[in-house]
Amino acid sequence: MRKTCLDWVYKLAKQDPRVIFIGSDLSPGLLDEMKQEMPERWFMEGIAEQNVVGMAAGMAMEGFIPYANTIATFFTRRSYEQVAIDCCLHNVPVRLVSNGGGLVYAPLGPTHLAIEDIAIMRALPNMTVVACCDAEEMKRFMDASLAWKGPIYIRLAKGGDPIISRPENGFEIGKAISMRKSADASPVVLMTTGVMTTNALKAADILHADGIDISVLHFHTIKPLDKAAIVEHARSARLVVTVEEGIAIGGFGSAVTDVLVDELGPGMPQMKRIALPDSFCKNYGVQSDLFEIYGLSPKKIARTVLEAAGRHDLVA
Amino acid sequence: MSAPLGRLQLGSPPLDERSLYLRRLAVRALDKGERGHIGSTMSLIEILRVLYDDILRFRPTEPAWPGRDRMILSKGHGCIAIYVLLADKGFFPIETLDTFCHRDSILGGHPESGKIPGIEASTGALGHGLSIGVGMALAARIQRRDSRVFVVMGDGEINEGSVWEAAMCAGKHRLSHLTAIIDYNKIQSAGPTREIQDLEPLMEKWRAFGFAAVEVDGHDVGELRKIFKRVPLESDRPTAIICHTVKGRGIPFAEHDPAWHHKAKLPPETIAKMYAALE
Repeated sequence: MRKTCLDWVYKLAKQDPRVIFIGSDLSPGLLDEMKQEMPERWFMEGIAEQNVVGMAAGMAMEGFIPYANTIATFFTRRSYEQVAIDCCLHNVPVRLVSNGGGLVYAPLGPTHLAIEDIAIMRALPNMTVVACCDAEEMKRFMDASLAWKGPIYIRLAKGGDPIISRPENGFEIGKAISMRKSADASPVVLMTTGVMTTNALKAADILHADGIDISVLHFHTIKPLDKAAIVEHARSARLVVTVEEGIAIGGFGSAVTDVLVDELGPGMPQMKRIALPDSFCKNYGVQSDLFEIYGLSPKKIARTVLEAAGRHDLVA
Repeated sequence: MSAPLGRLQLGSPPLDERSLYLRRLAVRALDKGERGHIGSTMSLIEILRVLYDDILRFRPTEPAWPGRDRMILSKGHGCIAIYVLLADKGFFPIETLDTFCHRDSILGGHPESGKIPGIEASTGALGHGLSIGVGMALAARIQRRDSRVFVVMGDGEINEGSVWEAAMCAGKHRLSHLTAIIDYNKIQSAGPTREIQDLEPLMEKWRAFGFAAVEVDGHDVGELRKIFKRVPLESDRPTAIICHTVKGRGIPFAEHDPAWHHKAKLPPETIAKMYAALE
């Protein structure tokens, strides 16, 4: 997904002279072709994220569309004020291409785990927050990103993620995509974002084997959130379960809850949020190890759904 | 090592009628708004006056004219000074100064672009302007425009690490059309810069970051004009101009006094004394 996203920056730059790439201190040879072909629009500015974001905003104020790239935690933690003031207050089209969303950098520990990024990025006025589920969806998003007016936080997954998105579903920033539709009149609905949609679909397969048919609704855009899709699916749902690779406080599930409370009030269905706890991660290993620990693996998601649905008889 | 000029600017000429007039406008905004960073405003007046009178290319009736020079007041708390100059140049009516900090005014306690004609960037949180200026200067280079970018920073402001990230970047890209101007009044909010976070040797710092640096009496209109007209000082690097100034300049009882960094609800007698000092 990361490679696809950066390849697309080059592709977009060839189409549109407004597109600029700014990296911090990334892999040698990154976007070399772009560097050779259009050196005036390719920048590598060192480990100075505050400056990277500020200069990107300055360029955007002059009509450019900078795609800035570094590790997610560095954009979200180190340069939060530049993101808030220079990008969001000025409402300029800076794209923050953020490597290692969620638990991708599991072996590197808590300094590199972007667990609260969704919460703090979506809290900023004018910010758009996107977490695609695979590389193919990333291509569709990147094409759509060119015409988007304000700043975008782009949460990247690990790479090599299974392709689950389908071109026939189309892509529109801010519109959720139904990935699996239950035949049940009052189904369990999993609402997911990023690569958690893959795990949710696998959980749906597990549950299907138990005779439970659930819906899966994928939100590649966390902000602006597709309220209409949430309400439409929640009206008939007996249980809504949100799944995210980030902390519960202020995250995707929290955003969905806000919509349900505001729009359906006492008529809202039962809800369960699957998310990271309010703590820094104490383990290493690989991303899938942490999914297991935090209940984000397909099996654990399926189990939580059964428990929340009161089907303890089916819990292994 | 450059020694900061002394408590009184040796040889600094008295304020002329235009400098006094601009300061009276600043007091008017302070009075009507019932607040303001007065010390920081008064140290800036001659720097901005010379920029707007003699250096910057701009069109008050067409603030977004692409060929304009960009002027970013990175020390946003000194906003009354730039409001006074923008009003004086006709970006908006002088009477708008009377609405400073009022509920529905365009003129807040820190300047906002998009609201105020002539303001390039919203500032207030310190240490942002130079990076934005670097981005604008790079944009001008890519677009092959000859616009110049001026970023005015406070001495306290350059405590921020982000300023030095931006300085390194400007030096690396040899942005000769970018000029950093430091309003070096030697007093930050908590006290003398020498005690809070000593900036010396300041000229050497800017030079080490790839700038051509020079210092000047920031209240000497003739000297400022001479230096600003020489920009870029060197054809292949950005310029830093360290302006030695006096916080509160022009109001004798406010000069050099950290207590006058910001004032609110000044009694009419004090406002009258301020006007009297500026006659």
